[in-house]
Amino acid sequence: MTSTVAEEARPDTVEDPLVIAGRTFRSRLIMGTGGAPSLQVLSEALRASGTELTTVAMRRVDPNAQGSVWDVLRQNGISPLPNTAGCFTAVDALRTARLGREALETDWVKLEVVADERTLLPDPVETLDAAERLVDDGFTVLAYTNDDPVLARRLEQVGCAAVMPLGAPIGSGMGIRNPHNIELIVEEAGVPVILDAGIGTASDAALAMELGCDAVLLATAVTRAQDPVLMAHAMREAVSAGRRARLAGRIPVRRYAHASSPARDE
Amino acid sequence: MNAIINGEPRRLAPGTTVADVVRSLTSAESGVAVALNDEVVPRTAWASTPVSPDDRVDVLTAVQGG
Repeated sequence: MTSTVAEEARPDTVEDPLVIAGRTFRSRLIMGTGGAPSLQVLSEALRASGTELTTVAMRRVDPNAQGSVWDVLRQNGISPLPNTAGCFTAVDALRTARLGREALETDWVKLEVVADERTLLPDPVETLDAAERLVDDGFTVLAYTNDDPVLARRLEQVGCAAVMPLGAPIGSGMGIRNPHNIELIVEEAGVPVILDAGIGTASDAALAMELGCDAVLLATAVTRAQDPVLMAHAMREAVSAGRRARLAGRIPVRRYAHASSPARDE
Repeated sequence: MNAIINGEPRRLAPGTTVADVVRSLTSAESGVAVALNDEVVPRTAWASTPVSPDDRVDVLTAVQGG
């Protein structure tokens, strides 16, 4: 069967891969797993999203737990990305990252050092310190960060494999509050930029890609949607549509009309 | 002897190893990591690492998050 031109140019195929630290991904949607009503729904949503890389947190074993998110990822062939959620200091983050590396046999880590429980905003000082220590310890660091172009540059300079600016606070669903800063980060970055946190619905994910982000990381928007599986489909398509629009090159915004039909014959 | 296992005080038989503690909490064959007094104990060393009185042993696994 011959494929059409459109199919050949599909951004979510290997012709337009996402490359992080030399690893290639077809999907530009990285998923989180927090907030799903059940492991069954989570599993179906992850499949619907098409994701190949998904974050998990490290916590003490619950002897009464039925099933595990680790099993869900393995059954679906999805790579785990352990995070350092819940850490408030660089020392904490390093310890948690090492446990994730040991448990999940990956040196990839989503670095997340937050400043307080109310906003869950990244602590820039601890994040940068932790990034440096983790890189020195051999980790491939994907750093969750503020939408601060200067901090993003510093994180890249200390060796992060990707920078992940927030659109808005974690779980807020407020979308991208400062698109201009995201554009500035994208313009300067020599590593992939992944919009992480704040996505509320599909148009937010599409906007992130239109602004030039290389990928989107989201969890709550899917896991706490009324229909998580349907929202996962929507996010997959939104990321793909946004990526195509970015590659296609949008028209400039004008203040006045620009006729799309020829002028009438006199 | 007494030790702190996942934040709870527990009485352990002398000679208890990290591997024994892990087995008492989970049957998972993979996806588990152990910290002994905040230092990671590699899986290959679990069976040969004894738990000493007042040690803190944390057994962690991946959960939904992020």
